[in-house]
Amino acid sequence: MPESKLLTEHYHKDEYRGLQGYKANGGYQVIEKAFKMDPQKIIEEVLNSGLRGRGGAGFPTGRKWSFLPDNGEPRYLLCNADEGEPCTFKDRMMMERAPHQLIEGMVISAFAIKSHKSYIYVRGEYTESVEILREAIKEAYDAGYLGKNILGSGFDHDMDVYAGAGAYICGEETGMISSLEGKKGQPKLKPPFPAVKGYLGKPTIVNNVETLAAVVPIIKDGADAYKKFGTEKSTGTKLFSVSGDVQKPGNYEVPLGMPLRELIELAGGMKPSRTLKAVIPGGTSAPVLNKEEAEKATMDYECLAEMGSMLGSGAVTIIDDTRCMVDMLHVITHFYHHESCGQCTPCREGTGWLNKIVNSIVEGRGRLQDIDTLCKVADHMKGKTICALSDAAALPVLSFVPKFRSEFEFYIREGRSKVKGTRYAEMHA
Amino acid sequence: MFKLSPEGVEFVKSEVARYESKESAIIPALYRVQKENDNWVPNEAISELSQIMDIPEARINEVFHFYTMFNKEPVGKYHVQVCTNVACAMAGTREILKDLCDEHGVKVGEVTSDGRYCFQNVECLGSCGTAPMLQINQDKYNENLDIEKTKQLLKDLP
Ligand SMILES: Cc1cc2nc3c(=O)[nH]c(=O)nc-3n(C[C@H](O)[C@H](O)[C@H](O)COP(=O)(O)O)c2cc1C
Ligand code: SF4
Repeated sequence: MPESKLLTEHYHKDEYRGLQGYKANGGYQVIEKAFKMDPQKIIEEVLNSGLRGRGGAGFPTGRKWSFLPDNGEPRYLLCNADEGEPCTFKDRMMMERAPHQLIEGMVISAFAIKSHKSYIYVRGEYTESVEILREAIKEAYDAGYLGKNILGSGFDHDMDVYAGAGAYICGEETGMISSLEGKKGQPKLKPPFPAVKGYLGKPTIVNNVETLAAVVPIIKDGADAYKKFGTEKSTGTKLFSVSGDVQKPGNYEVPLGMPLRELIELAGGMKPSRTLKAVIPGGTSAPVLNKEEAEKATMDYECLAEMGSMLGSGAVTIIDDTRCMVDMLHVITHFYHHESCGQCTPCREGTGWLNKIVNSIVEGRGRLQDIDTLCKVADHMKGKTICALSDAAALPVLSFVPKFRSEFEFYIREGRSKVKGTRYAEMHA
Repeated sequence: MFKLSPEGVEFVKSEVARYESKESAIIPALYRVQKENDNWVPNEAISELSQIMDIPEARINEVFHFYTMFNKEPVGKYHVQVCTNVACAMAGTREILKDLCDEHGVKVGEVTSDGRYCFQNVECLGSCGTAPMLQINQDKYNENLDIEKTKQLLKDLP
């Protein structure tokens, strides 16, 4: 199965970044079609397309939009471009290769949900994406695709870019809203959901970059055409960020449901004389798959959920037989410990303990009973906190340890890695 | 003692007016200070911002301390931020970071004695398809590196 480039067809052309080039390749035509439609009809089309959020949770987009209360309050659209889930790099490419596609998708979405103001919240490190978006927004204002009475439709919409300042937790939608309001980026307990009470207490729809861009082909050719791609419950195409031990890492847009084996082939296959050992299929928060699971997996929401993992953000990390799973888990536990916002005790303390225990193992100070302590701590972190970061930190532990237990036991007994033969010199500050 | 330039003050004021809640201007204002002060935010800048923005210092400090991209201490002329998360670690960035620190006789996070570099490990910067990567200050990413390319890159900096 080849790639199916619904979104990325023109990404290789440099001209596609600018307004003229975008238009020359069919851009900004769907916006005109959308303005002739009833906003409610657009929401229905998105609902019928089966589009699910591409940011990680996979919530049906049309359903989220229909949760907006009809109370006359101003509504906000917030594009989540925080892209902090480790190994994810698709949103950055989308913003840098096709900023106008995102703007077009956002204006159509805003028109559908009757929002007159949107923000694109970009992680602070993406300085280049921020510059490209600011330039594109300026072009779009000048050409009348943003601002007052867009294309004579009577619809007004303003758009702005906001740069974050380094915090994974600001990718969580309520954390993002707090951050945009000028506070610490700490999540809030849900409900109320942002669709009811979001930015400045007003109804707010938060969607990922890829989700909002996908609205363009859905409205262009209709829900039925979109559903021709993918499986029954995972419709359309998805950008997968493939990284790690493959020969051609990169972003690949393929129909959902593609066998993981084929995705690996698309990314150049394994390196010479190496074999597949494991795959993290949806960002580091997604439980790891062992070789047998990876060989059977298809890249859709249902299959990965059935295997106890998830599609997440679409970040697929390929791990070959030269890798030490204890070392890999160490990198991951360090990350979550660094990123916990500290509000909830199970998460703040738990991420600290996980990191400390794995740290002691890689430094050769581990004890065999630490393996069970590790799992017990992780187990107590699930489902008890304000946001899902705590679970996201627990799940890698609860999959790495049971699936690769012998590597952990070996490391503890021998004080060195079963795969590498040495002890990994601790380098994290 | 640090003071924002007149243009910097104007910028902060315009950001205060730009958003529906003026606190939203805190992040842009801190970035501005950092840009005018060799990539770090000295304490006195918080008082100055508090006056310009009419926001209590405690509120500004809350934001200042929450986000990792605001540097609380000098980070040298070039703050070399090496990603050591999963994909980059697999591609050898921890070895690159160690090599750089050893070569310059510093620990991770320390500024070299000539004030030129500070080498820092950071979490995933979203460049995993082009690992190993690093970011210097807030500039364009440097991707597809190895130790030789990294050393050359640092040498070529002005
Ligand atoms: C800890 C944490 C981090 C998250 N990071 C991101 C992120 O970087 N980008 C993103 O789009 N969604 C992220 N999410 C998911 C958002 O909360 C939210 O579900 C998403 O932006 C909704 O958009 P979608 O429905 O279009 O996917 C994160 C969630 C959690 C719990
Ligand atoms: S679960 Fe962790 S990251 Fe989420 S709100 Fe609680 S402490 Fe913060």
